[in-house]
Amino acid sequence: MSLDLTPRPGASDRRDRIAQHARIELAMLLRNGEQLLLAFVIPVGLLVGGMLFGDRFGLDRTTFPASVMALAVWSSSFTSLAINTAFERRYGVLERLAATPLTRGDLIAGKAQATITITAVQVLALTLLALALGWRPNPPPMVSLVTWPLVVLAAFAFACLGLVLAGRLEATVVLGLANLVYLVGAAGGGLVVPLSSYQDAVRPVLALLPTAALGEALRGWATGQFTWWAYPVLGAWCLVLLFVARKAFRWTS
Amino acid sequence: MRLGRRRRPDFCETDPVPDASLKLDQVSLALGGRRILNELTFDAAPGLITALLGPNGCGKTTTIRCCTGLLVPDSGSISILGFAPGSPDAAARVGLMPQSTGAWSGVRPGELLRYLASLYSHPHDPDALAAELGITGFAKTPYRRLSGGQQQLVNLAGAIIGRPEFVVLDEPTAGLDPHVRRSTWDLIRRLRDAGAGVLLTTHAMDEAEQLADHVWLMDAGRIVLGGTVAELTREASLEEVFLAHTKRGDA
Repeated sequence: MSLDLTPRPGASDRRDRIAQHARIELAMLLRNGEQLLLAFVIPVGLLVGGMLFGDRFGLDRTTFPASVMALAVWSSSFTSLAINTAFERRYGVLERLAATPLTRGDLIAGKAQATITITAVQVLALTLLALALGWRPNPPPMVSLVTWPLVVLAAFAFACLGLVLAGRLEATVVLGLANLVYLVGAAGGGLVVPLSSYQDAVRPVLALLPTAALGEALRGWATGQFTWWAYPVLGAWCLVLLFVARKAFRWTS
Repeated sequence: MRLGRRRRPDFCETDPVPDASLKLDQVSLALGGRRILNELTFDAAPGLITALLGPNGCGKTTTIRCCTGLLVPDSGSISILGFAPGSPDAAARVGLMPQSTGAWSGVRPGELLRYLASLYSHPHDPDALAAELGITGFAKTPYRRLSGGQQQLVNLAGAIIGRPEFVVLDEPTAGLDPHVRRSTWDLIRRLRDAGAGVLLTTHAMDEAEQLADHVWLMDAGRIVLGGTVAELTREASLEEVFLAHTKRGDA
């Protein structure tokens, strides 16, 4: 029997649209080996290596897991998002979705939901693994309360940066550049390596980077300290990068 | 019908449709300093198949991007089913088959159709639609491993899964073999007969002749000629009319 093609248009409920978009974004992410490497294999490898053998290299076993969590937030909110979105643009996915009831707000909310989900799973998995490997952080509840919103601010700023690259450059360029920025930010941006390890001259400059602000905030949290200056730094980056992303993003390639 | 180039379109005996599904009025757009659309004016009626014919690079895909709100014209106006392009009201009522791939490389066709169906309130059953279009056999194959023709069928299914009132098909049969091409034509006719308006872009003269209730001939971002196939082919074949009124594509 052939289908009845009589028009019967209409949009589904907005929450369903956002949830379904988040679900398919997650499915695409988990099907991509390179993304899984960034999201889980590298952080888990670093954490296990650091907790088992870090003493030989002077790694602090209290702050190192917090550094790895900062790295996980960086990889999911920036690198994965930039690469995925760039290829969505290249493959015409965004163009196709523009002509569906999924609004741009829905699409961004769906992406945010997928990113938050993957980041939450990463942080939870890394926390459990670190605890199993002997990590014993002891932050006062108030420090936790004022520090974790910084993770949301950092993820937002990283996501905006990712969308600037994804919305402006060729997908293959984004693939290379996002991985390069990931490494530079992780190794030289104060994300994994504490600011105290850098020379005095570069420390104030690095402290202005969102990567350093997140890394220091989480390392401070692990030792029970509140890194207040991360708020103005991350807040300013959020505002600037949101403005640039709104101006720079193109939906078609 | 008068031959020869002119700035304003020749509407033959066909007046603009009063309650058009799609209406473009004096739409102009420049991209990267180059004028792509040049006071483009045409319309498409509800329940009819309208073909937009033109050489490569004449602005057909840019026109479609304006109609879906992806691009905003520098001047002029566009109304789609009475709504602004890209507005939630328009997006819920319009189905688009883009010329480019339009899918994640790793997505499976069945999965993509179920996802797209979830965005609409009364969609077609994805499995039934897949069966209707002959997609079932490769519904679990990742999109990147499909042939060009199979990808086209998935894109077509994606355009109509929300039971749209108006369907925009950007070169719907490019890359299809004659069997699938004919069945796609049949599906487009059934959409029209069921009451949906259809706008299709094509280079294929036979496709326009077979399907279109109305043809607009486009060149260098503007309409140069319009009418029914019968009106346009009174003195010459559609291909000869096309060649007489358009420049070589991407020239």
